[in-house]
Amino acid sequence: MEGLPILSLMLLVPLVGAVLCMMSNATNARWIALIATLIDLVLGIALWLNFDIGGAQWQFTERADLFAGFQYALGIDGIALMLIMLSVFLMPICILASWTSVTKRVGEYMAAFLIMELLMIGVFAAQDILLFYIFFEAGLIPMYLIIGIWGGSDRIYASFKFFLYTLLGSVVMLIAMLWMIGEAGTSSIPVLLQYDFAPEAQTWLWLAFFASFAVKMPMWPVHTWLPAAHVQAPTAGSVILAGVLLKLGGYGFIRFSLPMFPEASAQFVWLVFGLSMAAVVITSLIALVQQDMKKLIAYSSVAHMAIVTAGLFAFNFQGLEGAMVMMLSHGLVSGALFLCVGVIYDRLHTREIARYGGLAINMPRYALFFLLFTMASIGLPGTSGFVAEFISLAGVYQISSTTTFVLTTGIILGAGYMLYLYRRVVFGEQKNADAAAMPDLNAREWLMLTPVAAAVLWMGVYPESFLAPMRSDIAAVEARIARAAPQGDAMPTAGEPREHAANYVAGDHGGGEGEHGGSAGTESEH
Amino acid sequence: MDYANSFGHIVPELVLTGAALALLLVSAFAGDKASRLVSILAAVALGGAGVVAGSTLVEGTSGVTAVAFGGLLSADAFAGFAKLLMYVAAIGCLMIAPGFFDHRKAMKPEYPVLVLFATVGMSIMVSATDLITLYIGLELNSLAAYVLASFLRNDSRSAEAGLKYFVLGALASGILLYGMSLTYGFTGTTSFDGIRIAQETGLSTGALFGLIFVLAGLAFKISAVPFHMWTPDVYEGAPTPVTTFFATAPKVAAIALTARVALDAFGSQPDAWRQVVIFAALASIVVGALGAIGQNNLKRLLAYSSINNVGFILVGLAAASAEGASAMLFYLAIYVVMSLGSFAAVLMLRNGDGDNLETFEDIAGLSSTRPGIAWCLAALMFSLAGIPPLMGFFAKLAVFWAVVNAGLIPLAVIGMAASVIGAFYYLKFVKVMFFDEPVDRATKGASAAQWAILVVCTVLISPLGWFLTGALEAMTDTAAAGLFAGV
Repeated sequence: MEGLPILSLMLLVPLVGAVLCMMSNATNARWIALIATLIDLVLGIALWLNFDIGGAQWQFTERADLFAGFQYALGIDGIALMLIMLSVFLMPICILASWTSVTKRVGEYMAAFLIMELLMIGVFAAQDILLFYIFFEAGLIPMYLIIGIWGGSDRIYASFKFFLYTLLGSVVMLIAMLWMIGEAGTSSIPVLLQYDFAPEAQTWLWLAFFASFAVKMPMWPVHTWLPAAHVQAPTAGSVILAGVLLKLGGYGFIRFSLPMFPEASAQFVWLVFGLSMAAVVITSLIALVQQDMKKLIAYSSVAHMAIVTAGLFAFNFQGLEGAMVMMLSHGLVSGALFLCVGVIYDRLHTREIARYGGLAINMPRYALFFLLFTMASIGLPGTSGFVAEFISLAGVYQISSTTTFVLTTGIILGAGYMLYLYRRVVFGEQKNADAAAMPDLNAREWLMLTPVAAAVLWMGVYPESFLAPMRSDIAAVEARIARAAPQGDAMPTAGEPREHAANYVAGDHGGGEGEHGGSAGTESEH
Repeated sequence: MDYANSFGHIVPELVLTGAALALLLVSAFAGDKASRLVSILAAVALGGAGVVAGSTLVEGTSGVTAVAFGGLLSADAFAGFAKLLMYVAAIGCLMIAPGFFDHRKAMKPEYPVLVLFATVGMSIMVSATDLITLYIGLELNSLAAYVLASFLRNDSRSAEAGLKYFVLGALASGILLYGMSLTYGFTGTTSFDGIRIAQETGLSTGALFGLIFVLAGLAFKISAVPFHMWTPDVYEGAPTPVTTFFATAPKVAAIALTARVALDAFGSQPDAWRQVVIFAALASIVVGALGAIGQNNLKRLLAYSSINNVGFILVGLAAASAEGASAMLFYLAIYVVMSLGSFAAVLMLRNGDGDNLETFEDIAGLSSTRPGIAWCLAALMFSLAGIPPLMGFFAKLAVFWAVVNAGLIPLAVIGMAASVIGAFYYLKFVKVMFFDEPVDRATKGASAAQWAILVVCTVLISPLGWFLTGALEAMTDTAAAGLFAGV
């Protein structure tokens, strides 16, 4: 794509759309927003198709000296590409989800979402550390307005908590960034990635970055802003929050904390693992007793993100890869679950689980979609959740079997709360007449849910499409942190290689792996 | 001594003094009818003086070439930058005033004349390189300011503000004079260069007391904690255009003066005053933020906001480097734009009778009833809170960058963390305007000049302002280099 600044274009389209939305009436604003996000989706697909897998690490680079102190520098690697794809994929769906449910100040609402999209793409594409920070922090403003203006009854508390919590986490990171720029003499991320900071300094820098990313992630015990924000935000706000904003923390870890401070990361593995274990068990148990659907899914997000952090700090290829897949999968699945909640919330205007029941009778198609996403959240094979959990836990297992054991407990609990939720909402008797009278999915809702369902299945059946662009970049991170890899408590030792396959029986003449004759022979001898 | 050369250096002050005296005569003979004409002429004089002052910035004048009257004044690039900023702020304050005073039938030509006199005083302040000229400039500015504070003669709040300002201002001047006399006594000179050279060998206890008293007096003028207590009362009581003026131009002058005193006169002993400045900076940030939380009056809240911002500017001073001085000026420029814009927005909030609205209840749901003002004010508030991508973020970035490069990491961390407290009440503005039910009290339209100021300020602090950061930084660097060239 010589000559065409596709990343800048992806930033420009939502900006123009936002300005137009501010000046339009409700109907036009909806269409403008939808068209702008679809253009960005098309541009994103073009980006993916033109991404040279195995080529240069940083592609589509642009830079310009426009401002004092930092540069307008954009560029992506495979990791950023996948997260940008996730953002542009979810955005049109968010617009559709708000099509009829948002009726007041539609123009401003759509503008806020388009600005959100701009900032999210900017975060992932920024190649200058200060530019990254600007995009990272600026996201607070539109999200604050989205929660505060269009949120639920307790929206003001939630919006303040969201804003101040995340701001407090981030400001210290800025000081660390300024120090790094002074030390390394540049604010360019690719150069900083190659710079070796002194191990003593790394500890402080790591903690400063951790303060920010742990809040964004969110990690237990600094997750408390998330349930409040999720519950009060409008449906599309929750989708964006769960789908993309939570990924900023994980992206920060894999882009900054790990490769820039490998020694410090190794030093704090115990902390990350400890918090991840606590998060998985505690938030899963909390999710089990929730009466509010959105709150339940919010707590499940915290549990899933804990698997991401554990995978990231496993210091091996599988862990990192699993964490990335987990982020993508969680973005799709939790986003879709919030959409599912939104569908019935639009009809009955309550998120209370007890008010529903027996939806499988009057909304069978809805029940099908909800089931798929529930299973994906649990990690059923064939869905993206399975791939994500399997790869990341396999990575963690190589370094700590204790942690893996605890994290796996969380998955069991996860199956518990998700199935319990599904049973109460979809199965059973139709307790309430108004819930029983709800119509099934309409065309717009089909349009929202089908693409996500397709993506979830695609990622579950053929994850290679998503893994291939990230492979060399994850390998680069792994190579960078390998020198500091800590000694884990799991010490897997390579055993003697077997001569034959596991199901081989002595005396059997066939013995080929999976060969029909072999297994038949085994049966006959018993 | 080459008087022609010296006069050449004080052309801005001469222009303003001449204009002020001439306009005083005009207003004495023509009466209130001439207010508009006098305002326009005053603005023209300020603009002209600004062009002359700006030329020092372009040339990067500094050191010996800038000295006037045997070391009493220095028309260097540093003073040039401060003057430019003050004159622009003063023009802004002249533009927004008629919309406020006309309704009260209180628009008098004395207002622009007093602003001009205050501006002359401020020009002397920022150019002063001698304790005596410093004091003359400060008092000239203060006397005009006391009168301005009580400009609404029939309003008891305004009169109270003027009296309070005068009494506490006199106290501060006393403290300052005491410090100056101690400094003179222990160094034997009143010139900044002389003081610096005398203190190069060491600082006696008496001289240290002098330094502390001088800084205390100046801290009063810039309303830094613990000498801030007059600010909320005066800001609330004074007529809003006057409050706008207090929050912008004199603040620039006093801060530039403080920087020159600290970095030039006491520049050989930075460790002696650094801890004082660090304390004042952090205390201002915290007290300015905490004090604002309980306020319901918008002007009072903006007064605390200005205390908070002074704290951040002092953080830049604590770096005691050319980069720190440059960052202070960078912050000041953006601060002036943000203050001017937010006060203009407050001025534009008027009920059906044309009376000004000043409390949070009055602006509830403003985004539905007056979206233009609400969005501009929201942008200004996010900017004051230092949230990117607005320019307030770049201001904070500049000062903290300077501090980090000076090795004062703990100061940077604490200051930055304390800025989150301030974010709370700036967000409250947005919350009240956007999240609460509309009351629709602000129904009266605003003057075109007020709209112009608000829109220009909002555009400058919006991401469009990023494109100016390069030019602004070049200017502040030149100005800071001008200050340090003499050292």
